[in-house]
Amino acid sequence: MLHIYCPYCGEHREESEFRPKGQAHIIRPKDPVNTSDEEWGDYLFFRENPRGIHHEMWVHAVGCRKFFNVTRDTVSYEILEVYKMGEQPTVTAATQQKGGQK
Amino acid sequence: MSQINRLTQGGRIDRSKTLNFSFNGTSYTGFPGDTLASALLANGVDIVNRSFKYSRPRGIVAAGAEEPNAVVQLGSTEAAQVPNVRATQQALYQGLTAASTNGWPNVQNDVMGLLGKLGGKMMPPGFYYKTFMTPASMWMTYEKLIRKAAGLGRSPRENDPDIYDHMHRHCDVLVIGAGPAGLAAALAAGRSGARVIICDEQEEMGGSLLDSRDLINGQDPALWAAAAVAELLAMDEVLVLPRTTANGYHDHNFVTLHERRTEHLADTAPQINGQPQARARMHHIRAGQVILATGAHDRPVVYANNDVPGNMLASAVSTYIRRYGVVPGNKLVLTTSNDYGYRAALDWHEAGREVVAIVDARAKPDGDLVKAAREKGIRIITGSAVFEGKGSKRVSGARVARIDLDNFKLAGSVEDLVCDTIASSGGYSPVVHLAAHTGARPVWSDEAIGFLPGKVKGMTPVGSARAVYSLSAVLADAVEAGASAAAACGFESGGIELPQVQSATEGPACALFQVPHEKPTMRAPKQFVDQQNDVSAAAIELATREGFESIEHVKRYTAMGFGTDQGKLGNINGMAIAARCLGQTIPQTGTTVFRPNYTPITFGAIAGRHCRDLFDPERYTALHSWHLKRGAKFEDVGQWKRPWYFPIGNESMHDAVARECLAVREKVGILDASTLGKIDIQGKDAREFLGRIYTNKWEKLGVGKARYGLMCKDDGMVMDDGVTTCLAEDHFLMTTTTGGAAGILEWLELWHQTEWPELEVYFNTVTDHWATMTITGPRARDLLSEVTDIDLDKDNFKFMECREGQVAGVPARVYRISFTGELTYEINVQANYAMRVWEALFQHEAKYGLTPYGTETMHVLRAEKGFIIVGQDTDGSVTPEDLGMQWCVGYDKPFSWIGHRALTRPDTKRDDRKQLVGLKPVDPKVVLQEGAQIVRDPNQTIPMKMVGHVTSSYYSPVLNSGFALALVMGGHKRMGEKVYLPMADGKTHEAEIVSPIFFDPKGARQNV
Ligand SMILES: [Zn+2]
Repeated sequence: MLHIYCPYCGEHREESEFRPKGQAHIIRPKDPVNTSDEEWGDYLFFRENPRGIHHEMWVHAVGCRKFFNVTRDTVSYEILEVYKMGEQPTVTAATQQKGGQK
Repeated sequence: MSQINRLTQGGRIDRSKTLNFSFNGTSYTGFPGDTLASALLANGVDIVNRSFKYSRPRGIVAAGAEEPNAVVQLGSTEAAQVPNVRATQQALYQGLTAASTNGWPNVQNDVMGLLGKLGGKMMPPGFYYKTFMTPASMWMTYEKLIRKAAGLGRSPRENDPDIYDHMHRHCDVLVIGAGPAGLAAALAAGRSGARVIICDEQEEMGGSLLDSRDLINGQDPALWAAAAVAELLAMDEVLVLPRTTANGYHDHNFVTLHERRTEHLADTAPQINGQPQARARMHHIRAGQVILATGAHDRPVVYANNDVPGNMLASAVSTYIRRYGVVPGNKLVLTTSNDYGYRAALDWHEAGREVVAIVDARAKPDGDLVKAAREKGIRIITGSAVFEGKGSKRVSGARVARIDLDNFKLAGSVEDLVCDTIASSGGYSPVVHLAAHTGARPVWSDEAIGFLPGKVKGMTPVGSARAVYSLSAVLADAVEAGASAAAACGFESGGIELPQVQSATEGPACALFQVPHEKPTMRAPKQFVDQQNDVSAAAIELATREGFESIEHVKRYTAMGFGTDQGKLGNINGMAIAARCLGQTIPQTGTTVFRPNYTPITFGAIAGRHCRDLFDPERYTALHSWHLKRGAKFEDVGQWKRPWYFPIGNESMHDAVARECLAVREKVGILDASTLGKIDIQGKDAREFLGRIYTNKWEKLGVGKARYGLMCKDDGMVMDDGVTTCLAEDHFLMTTTTGGAAGILEWLELWHQTEWPELEVYFNTVTDHWATMTITGPRARDLLSEVTDIDLDKDNFKFMECREGQVAGVPARVYRISFTGELTYEINVQANYAMRVWEALFQHEAKYGLTPYGTETMHVLRAEKGFIIVGQDTDGSVTPEDLGMQWCVGYDKPFSWIGHRALTRPDTKRDDRKQLVGLKPVDPKVVLQEGAQIVRDPNQTIPMKMVGHVTSSYYSPVLNSGFALALVMGGHKRMGEKVYLPMADGKTHEAEIVSPIFFDPKGARQNV
């Protein structure tokens, strides 16, 4: 069971208080009407499944009800950072490669 | 029977008090401080079980959690039955009743054994693998047979009389294991002021200190252990958990501890002052730092017939002698690869029994213990090993020869020794199980000749768990780790003065796993690797010959390390044998994986109090007690208990529902609709938000008006529906389906927080705050007028409007919306006023024929009107247009609302999609089955082309006929066509496709 820091509550809480909401940073196309079927299909259905760094969205479902982002290693399950909606990750697959294994 | 193997003195048992117990129907005696295993050995009981596959007699091998054979069924009554108890871990108590799990009619004369080892023939190596390759249905047959014949313990057939608790705890430092390493680490961490939890699986804390030859401060090290435990118990921030096994190590230092509180006292928990006490507790620990002080298990040597009773681990022999005062035999041969194995021979000798020989695989052993053995005149045969044991029900001899491990063969003449016990030590295996639970693979160490725990963040292995074995080094290692762990949590440790340790200096060990035999492994007598699963060295060799090169595949092929054993004794020997057969090193062969639980846990501890009435929360409306009094039958809707129907007298459900339906159509009915999801939405952009989230338009909905809305996911498929009312320009009340309430609130938050944070809008659930009472039927207005000051004139309070006022003297919101097609008022009041209002309405019960109705009648009435239920008439692949609800879709709204883009895809415009229609059975007495498949031609060959299915189906008292809603391909253009529903019983029903609105198609009745 993961131990997750909610950036809004400012506390670590048990995983059972949260719900995973899948890959983070999926942006709904701004002009859906002029988006091709293929692009729309990508937005709706296609997701990454990386081994290693994964940016994912969680919601503090039975806490503050806030959505936020988590950078998690899908091998070790280590959570490397949490950040609020609208912010960008500082730990990415690229920074991990440059900095070596942390 | 007397305790023939019990020493007259020594050990940590209390000889002043005798305990009686029974095993396989025979009565024995033992002492407080015994385990079931030590008491059985004291009584000279050799055979404790029959083996799983080959039905061979088996005896006690170990003294702890790693015991593979002495797995027993415990319990003196049916309700108290506990399977899979290790006799080595079960404390003896007065009246203990145990039996072997395997063996029929008994372990001494086993039918399967007499039948020529039927089990062995039926279960060759690769059994599991090969069985799964044959038709899967055969597995059921095999499995039944195996279980009956082999017996794997059984669960009680009566309810567990005991209670169990779950505890949730946080700590800075969790120390797992209270041997020398665990105690020292806990002291170092505890003295810093950190919150520490220390647990140990055994009856007494102290681990190896309880049977050690070493001295601490010149004294028995058990005294130091007792003092350490006493100091820890006295610390405010330290929790000491004896008889507590860390069974699972999960992500982010989450550890589950299983505390057995009364299993050492009786088989059901004794009461305290007439009050039941929890038999076991499951502690869920979130630790800042974990210190793994789980110790090491002695590794048996693999030789022929190493499973005959009388073959034991060398360390277990020492433990039985020193801790329990039991010598499990008379004439000992020890085969070892290391110095510490010698302790068994020294202890045996000091107990006054004969050590026939120590057989040492090393050419020139010379540690302190070796010298001590020589001084006592014990014969030491070097460069050699026991390669075969003799005997069937008890060891009668040992065959010894020089070995050439490089070429894996015997290298000299054979000597036959007469003995009744063979102790073996192949070196220590650190207990890396818990670390492996987290996914960290153990790492092979050539130096330690074993696997070390893999790296886990926030976890430090100490002492023998990381192959540090000498006591002084163990204590130093543990103090350092305990202080560091506390420091990592922000606590400064003052440091600890290490005690003086006097221990023997040990020489280097050699790597010995399987001993070569005169014959090739495949033809030699069985050399067991995993006794619990009956896996032999030959089976592993066969697996590698059949092409299984990964140890993970070898394990599945042979079943090595399966089940409750989890490879405690066998895995490393198995890997070494696979590596030898494949001509590679152990690390090349792979690593070993262990899974929770470390030892079996009773289901009661896992369930805790979450059973029976507390298995799942039940939600009641404010009117629940009234429904109970009125004799309602209830239906579970999510966690809600909703009245299903209200039978009068002995009325059948069919009759009750028919009566309730007619009451609504002719007079007035009342429904407790409080479970409907209610979300309060406020903010200046609330209206804009609704327009984006719903398929239809909201910009013109005036204050006091209500509107039905349909919600899609962005793939265009219907996900929820409900009525939303405008209470003020910036204030709306949304209703959702009962089951969808929580999910829809999260859905609204998702879109607001992640896509449109610029909108000023706020959501809150008010489902439980409001009670909702729906009065519906031609007399609804007359009834309501008796108890309200709201103007109910049909032109002043129209259909799809909302008014606030007093109902039965309490403030209320009343909505004119209808889910029945009749004149309807939904009265909403603060939940704690609901009973007063409900009872006020029922004061007029006789006058208006007011009839309470439940969810079944609600379903019939709404289906007669063709009103859908999301999740019943839809399934996540249905668009608004499939439902014929294009009137509810605002294609021209300026913002591309959720679902809009997908609904313009060619696929969602196909005219052969499954569409919602009504079905009228040609025979009105037929009520079609919900879920039944629909075909156009009942005479086509099977498999038939299915063109749809029934989603809702009921009997309608107003139509005097069965009727149904269905999704049918291209159904909207097939009105009047006949379709067929072939049933499992061979009958085929015929039905006509009709409009889904069966009653009052113009909607005149609700709008009066
Ligand atoms: Zn939060």
